[in-house]
Amino acid sequence: MYFDLTDEQQAIKSTAHDLLAARYKSERIRELAESEHGFEQPDWDEMAELGWTGLALPEEWGGQGLGIVELAVLFEEMGYAMAPSPLFSNTIAGLALSLCGSDDQRERYLRPLAEGKLRGTPALWDADGPGTVGDFTMEARAEGDGIVLDGEKVLVMDAAAADFFLVATSDGRRHLVERGADGITVTPSTSIDLTRRLYSVRFDGVEVAAGETMPGEAADYYPVFFRLCVALAAESTGIAQRALEMAVEYAKDRQQFGRPIGAYQAVSHRCAQMLLETENSRSAVYGAAWAADAEPASLPKAASMAKAYASDAGWRVPDASIQVHGGIGFTWEHDLHFFLKRGRANASMFGDSKWHRDRVADAVLAEAAEPVSA
Amino acid sequence: MDLTLSPSELEFREEVRTWIEENHPGPEPEAGLEEVMAFRREWQLKMHAAGWAGISWPKEYGGRGATMIEQAIFVGEAARLEAPSPANVLGLAMGGPVVIAHGTDAQKQRYLEPILTGEEIWCQGFSEPESGSDLASLKTKAVKDGDEWVVTGQKVWTTFAQYAKWCMLVARTDPDAPKHKGLTYFLMDMEQEGVEAKPLVQITGEGEFNEVFMDEARIPDANVVGEVGGGWGVAITTLMNERAGLAFGAIAQVANSLKRLGALAAETRLNGGTAAEDPVIRQRLAQLHIEAETMRLNAYRGLTKTMQSGIPGPEGSLGKWQWADINQRMAELALEIEGAYAPLSRGDEHAVAGGAWQYSFLRSRANSIEGGTTDILKNIIAERVLGLPRLR
Repeated sequence: MYFDLTDEQQAIKSTAHDLLAARYKSERIRELAESEHGFEQPDWDEMAELGWTGLALPEEWGGQGLGIVELAVLFEEMGYAMAPSPLFSNTIAGLALSLCGSDDQRERYLRPLAEGKLRGTPALWDADGPGTVGDFTMEARAEGDGIVLDGEKVLVMDAAAADFFLVATSDGRRHLVERGADGITVTPSTSIDLTRRLYSVRFDGVEVAAGETMPGEAADYYPVFFRLCVALAAESTGIAQRALEMAVEYAKDRQQFGRPIGAYQAVSHRCAQMLLETENSRSAVYGAAWAADAEPASLPKAASMAKAYASDAGWRVPDASIQVHGGIGFTWEHDLHFFLKRGRANASMFGDSKWHRDRVADAVLAEAAEPVSA
Repeated sequence: MDLTLSPSELEFREEVRTWIEENHPGPEPEAGLEEVMAFRREWQLKMHAAGWAGISWPKEYGGRGATMIEQAIFVGEAARLEAPSPANVLGLAMGGPVVIAHGTDAQKQRYLEPILTGEEIWCQGFSEPESGSDLASLKTKAVKDGDEWVVTGQKVWTTFAQYAKWCMLVARTDPDAPKHKGLTYFLMDMEQEGVEAKPLVQITGEGEFNEVFMDEARIPDANVVGEVGGGWGVAITTLMNERAGLAFGAIAQVANSLKRLGALAAETRLNGGTAAEDPVIRQRLAQLHIEAETMRLNAYRGLTKTMQSGIPGPEGSLGKWQWADINQRMAELALEIEGAYAPLSRGDEHAVAGGAWQYSFLRSRANSIEGGTTDILKNIIAERVLGLPRLR
């Protein structure tokens, strides 16, 4: 029984913390928010060099062979720093290839991805489809040995800077499609979250050869899904942590009625609530990350608990921080809005808190059928 | 990071489990506090005979000298299996540890054994009618008279004072010193002329708590714990012990209640189906489960930290706050699920689940007040965890 980071995990955390703090100062985040791709290649190369692009991928395929706990540690810091980066979309592509790809696909896509030489991103939600998880409408229309894709995918992260897409179809399969393939049009979307780029991607008669469809079937993507939920919940936890620290710092400093506002309980109790939500979020995330690595059978419930809780905390804590800041917190000039926006965008991605709570309800009601002193 | 128990801890858990299952006397009697106390005295004797009373106390004082994780396992299993509480719960959790930490050899010799056997029940005389959250403002005074102290004043919320032999009493011995510095910690004999305990009837209709009136009660000088004027520090040790012991029992108790809440939802008819199919109820039930899980995991994180540093930190206040909140919301949801039946309570033949949730709805109102109000806990968190300035 040891529920804390090990020395190695602590080292990953402090390396990430220091590096990201140096790279992503406020002016830099603002520059990137207005840049074409939302990040720059030298930052990517540096992350690749540190092994972040393959952190939780098998060593056999060029990764670091570390676990989801380490991945959570890294994403918590990415959120804390509000780092604009395609690392998250790439991590999803890596996990999917690693768990559901063929050896040939892993050789061609996973290894270079782990090494930071290729970038991939999932293309999941359909423009005419529901916003729920796993409910895809794009058809994999058979033609010859392969298939043909027609339709439009939306909410595709970092699409313009990706080398390939993992395109989901109604049969639950994923297909590897290069961004430069004939019939593909990538259009930037307008999102509240300026630090994570979203695009819509049109597929007009895009031909996919047989070897580019991954062998994994719909159910095989659940282990990928739960792991990415943990990583995203970790990012939201980092966002909450930073927003909490900003509020506490401001409450100590800002004077009204002759005292620092943090001396007033209306403010200090709000900060205590923010701490509670941030710590709960962190515990849920690390509990789920540990489950992913050590006790996969309990991962689905643990991941849904973490994603549900962190989805709420990830925007409510920045929201409370804005309230503590008063007027200045509502200005474009203050950084808090980036945290509120990313937190709210994260909440909606890969199942919102309502969706995940409903899954938790299924699990706990099944358990409630067992006797109390079992 | 490792959230599993080691083989030796698993073995310990098995031992605890087997012992409780083999010795469990069944549910507590529902009628009368007298019967309940007799039942708990008997249970404590059994615990003592098997070496489970004073599990956290060092072996040299008759305890088990269990590790923190073993204590957590024991408390958790006892709560999970709904074992009775020992009669002298305050003596075991607070009185003994305080005597061990601050008492003289003679005090250790005199008091520890009867705490373990439950022969002498202890109560805690801290709060006063005008000193609740602001404990250090207390007014009960103790005046030196030869080799005795003469005590006059009033205490309140004194759990089981009517059964207690000893009271952990904090009184003002120096009215001129700053408020935290003029206090002294005494062990007061409850069985004397100058002490009177009157039960306070609480909103559940029971009388767990008392008012205690002291009119020139006498305490020998030998019953001072720690230094004269050092009572505040000793009192803090008492409260720290109170909070540290609670967490894992509370977690197991919440887990049991959540299972019963799920079962209640599944059994209750609603809109042609069951309450367990109602989307709003499902959301709230799931949220309670999620928060209970974060409370459990926070406690494990806290335990890991405490095992490394040796002292429980102020973060424990988060857990107490959260427990009170979850406990209250579980009972609130249960009453909503029961719908029109919600008013029917214990003793009514149509009461749902024997009126258990009605009792729990009412009793849990105290959870955010007793042992540190939620409002005070937020102050502690703001000041001692976040480092925000004090209002005072």
